[in-house]
Amino acid sequence: MDQTVEAPGSRSDPGALGSGPDAAPRPRPALTVPGALGWLRRITGIVPFGVYATLGLLVPMIAVAVGAFQNSSGGFTFSNVSAAAHGIYLHGFWQSIILSVLTSILPGIFGLLIAYAIFTAKRGAVLRQVAITASGVFANFGGVPLAFLFISSLGSTGLITQWLKDVGLDIYSHGFNLYSLAGVVVVYMYFQIPLMVLVILPALEGLRPAWREAAENLGARTWDYWRHMAGPVLLPSFLGCVLLLFGSALSAYATAEALTNGTIPLTAIQIGSFLNGNVSAGQENIGKALGLGMVVIIAIAMLIYVALQRRAAKWLR
Amino acid sequence: MAAITGARRRREPLPVWRWVVLILAAVFFLLPLIVALRFAGLKAFGSVISQSGFTSSLGLSVRLAVITTVITIALMLPTTVYVHLRLPGLRRLLEGITILPIVIPPVVLIVGVLQIAPGSLKSTSYLLALEYVVLAMPFAYRAIDAGLRALDLKTIVEASSSLGASWSSTLLRVLLPNLTTALLSAVVLTVALVLGEYTMASLALYQTFPVWIYVNSQTSGQVSVAASLLSLFVTWLFLMAITMAGTRRSRKTGGGSVTLFTVARQETRGN
Repeated sequence: MDQTVEAPGSRSDPGALGSGPDAAPRPRPALTVPGALGWLRRITGIVPFGVYATLGLLVPMIAVAVGAFQNSSGGFTFSNVSAAAHGIYLHGFWQSIILSVLTSILPGIFGLLIAYAIFTAKRGAVLRQVAITASGVFANFGGVPLAFLFISSLGSTGLITQWLKDVGLDIYSHGFNLYSLAGVVVVYMYFQIPLMVLVILPALEGLRPAWREAAENLGARTWDYWRHMAGPVLLPSFLGCVLLLFGSALSAYATAEALTNGTIPLTAIQIGSFLNGNVSAGQENIGKALGLGMVVIIAIAMLIYVALQRRAAKWLR
Repeated sequence: MAAITGARRRREPLPVWRWVVLILAAVFFLLPLIVALRFAGLKAFGSVISQSGFTSSLGLSVRLAVITTVITIALMLPTTVYVHLRLPGLRRLLEGITILPIVIPPVVLIVGVLQIAPGSLKSTSYLLALEYVVLAMPFAYRAIDAGLRALDLKTIVEASSSLGASWSSTLLRVLLPNLTTALLSAVVLTVALVLGEYTMASLALYQTFPVWIYVNSQTSGQVSVAASLLSLFVTWLFLMAITMAGTRRSRKTGGGSVTLFTVARQETRGN
């Protein structure tokens, strides 16, 4: 858990570096003019970042939120939001949510298993380095190339499909279809599992081998170790990682687009089609309402995460 | 490290489950690769490079990666160091702001960006690079933050300034060499992100390498699979090169090992 070591507090030490003549130590200034000036001076160091984040992130998001409530001539309307909450768009939201839940929980569990297998391996240094680099590559290997990889192997005429057929297993007649939701889930695993391995490994490094030893010396069985030591340490990170996977799955766009060509209505693809100009007059801003809807879904997911965190903290005590 | 392996050997009499997990993972990740390689055939790789648009799109992607990385580091390194040193109370806020680009879907962000960006910016490739910086912020911040936490920042900075160093020379000549591993993992993550990003590029109508692969796929299946594999290998080579260069460097300077998400200090691990 080295990463959580706090940097030594430097709050009381404003004169340490780059200090101007008036940066004398002053503990928590009250609302005085020199106090306010000193605060302003200290704030200047993060102004570039603040401006950048405002222009690159905040303003575009506000533009989306405002646009969701505007008609094509700029007047106020609820029609975009109401259109986004009905019909194919509502269906799209549900499909997106189902897909994201499946492809955050399943890879979450598999990723944790793989990461733990790597973490506890004997002579693990080489295996770990290879696994981390490979995970970095695969986690970023989303999108079109990934779709082609699976089309050429598990598509209806793919090589693996053919091999399986040759040994008597026709997966397509057993209900599997790469271009269906189940197929997309399988494909998403390809970048979600490595992502999980990447983000959960640092948390695993927090599990000191000495704890396990100590637990065993005190007579703990494997289950006791997981229930009372490893579980409580890992669960908060695990939940956080699953939330990250949920966000990653929800916003994945390229993979699903290349794979399904829009046969599965997913919100991200629907938003994309508004940008691509496939839109009738007067409906331009429905895409923004859909965008707003996605942000709301993420916000709800984060609230659930916070609630689970709290409950987990209580349960594990 | 010897203590760790000693402890592990004792508590794993039958690591069967580990082999099962690792072999299954290897099959799931390698089999599609091998199959795709067979499907494409070696000849297709040759024709990828001669396809029209290959060099220009790859060139655009690499240029974007360089611009994005430079801006990201120039923006995030001083900000993170400054907040650690002078405004530790704002660390939570910064963490909160930099998590936003992860949770906000890029497809939503680009809708807003295209709405507000001035036309003069839209016609250059800089708009995309500027937005990629926003996407890279979370990773860069976390990497640099982890690196700074592993340092005894206050002591280092005090020592430097008591020897008469200015703020900029402290940053460049004292902190930077101590943060090579952290910066390296920030660079790795940023480069990988830019080379693989498709959503924003395609919706903002830039023909980057991933977009080119998609557009080109309409002509030949085999060639596009070959191009896909090629992009995987290119990214992998990039990451390997950067990680290896960094690990070698940090071994020289006594730093920690580079992982893609955090920088762990070797000497403090495993108590």
